[in-house]
Parts: sequence; C-alpha cells; structure tokens
Amino acid sequence: MNNIEVKIEFQDQTMIAYLSGEIDHHTAAEIRSAIDTRIEGAHPSLLILDFANISFMDSSGIGLVMGRYKLMKEIGGQILVTNPSFHIKRVMILAGLDRLAVIDNKKQPQRSDYVGKK
Amino acid sequence: MLVKNEMKLQIPSRSSNESFARVAIASFFAQLDPTVDEIADIKTAVSEAVTNSIVHAYKNQIGTIFIHAKILDDSKVYIRIRDKGCGIEDIDQAMEPMFTTCKTGERAGLGFAVMESFMDKLRVTSKPGKGTTVVLIKTLKKRI
Repeated sequence: MNNIEVKIEFQDQTMIAYLSGEIDHHTAAEIRSAIDTRIEGAHPSLLILDFANISFMDSSGIGLVMGRYKLMKEIGGQILVTNPSFHIKRVMILAGLDRLAVIDNKKQPQRSDYVGKK
Repeated sequence: MLVKNEMKLQIPSRSSNESFARVAIASFFAQLDPTVDEIADIKTAVSEAVTNSIVHAYKNQIGTIFIHAKILDDSKVYIRIRDKGCGIEDIDQAMEPMFTTCKTGERAGLGFAVMESFMDKLRVTSKPGKGTTVVLIKTLKKRI
C-alpha cells in the first residue's frame, strides 16, 4: 500500500508541496525524499507544506515537519504548514510544532499569507 | 467484564501494514458508531503502537505483531498490541516525550505521548529480549 502523493510547485523563491493521502512511518520516507531532492536543487527561501488533502497523520508527520524545518533552517529558509485538519492540528500542537513552524488555515497557500508573520 | 465482541489479527512487521492495522481496527469498532474524532484518536494510537513494534521491537528483522481488539460493556474499546521483539530496557524513559533511540530516522519520540493523550488509558509492559505489550483503552461517548 502506497497511499501518498506529493505535488511540488514553485512561486519565485517559494516551494509549495501539496501532500495528499496518509502520513505514517511507511509513507513519511517517500515524502521526505520527494521534498528534500527539490529543496537541495532549488534552495527555496520558504517551504510551504500543504496538508489540505492529508486524511491521516500520526507522529511520523511530526518527525517529517521537524526534519524539513531543520533542513530549511540550514539553508537560511523558513517553513509554513497550511490547512491541517482539526485532528492533525491536535497532533501538531501536542508535539509543540506550532512553536517551530507557523500553522495556517488559509485555503490557498500563498507567499503573501506568510510575509510579515512571525 | 463482559466482552461484547472481539477480533484478533496477526501481521508481519512490515511498514506497509501500519495502514492496514489501523484501518482494520477502525472497521471493527465502527459497529459502536463512534464519532469521527473518536475513530481518528483510535487510528492514531494504533498506528503509533504498531509503528513502535516495527521500528524498535523488530528492528532489522520481520517478526509477528499480535493485535487483540475487544468491545467491553459500556462502549469501552480495548486494544492490545503485542510483539516478541527486543523489549524495552527502561519503560519510564521510553515514555518520556521526545525521547527516542532512533537517531537517524527522524522519529519525533512522541509515540507514547500520542497514545496517552488520545486514549483514556495506556499500559505498557515489557521484558528485554522477550517483547512488549501495549494496552490501549478508551470509553466512547454515549450516543443519543
């Protein structure tokens, strides 16, 4: 079973990864490699992880976001998490992820949503 | 306590079975007409426990994971997830949030914290070299 899809788009220096499916230990490895290859190639200043179409996430998703946060920090960039469902947001808050990455519930992730926010 | 219904599942510790295990358990408890949130809580906790068996108990090998789910009276959900893997030396330490023995795999060390937070009761017993048993209990809200 391989129920995950990662679609990546660029808008200037912003890389948006639209994730769909379920995030667990099995699928996290695939998402990680899909995203990291593109980060290393493009060195974006902002990485947006869009969770709108993620229907399930366990703590493997926390490791995934924290790992990308560290990677973006290394290249001087930032990270934004958009549109997690209520339950996924609960997992993120339990992990204190809201203190590391901005979690935003806007419909369409845009760079302008992020600029000016802490 | 009266067991109203039960099911047993044995699966090899392949990571592709993480999704199967949580969906199978969720399907079994669907007869209780749980809320969307209750099902999400159960699926997340089961996913954490099964992942622990795969990543830690049967590290570098494929072993069997034994799952026993029961419906107890008063809509009480009981799930036991057992492995015959390496066991846990120090359970208190393993249960500390953010503690992980996995240095390279980007594990957040939050498995037990998630299980504890999303279920009413979490009981962990383990013997090094023998295996680990995790029991998860949750009472579902009464439906009108």
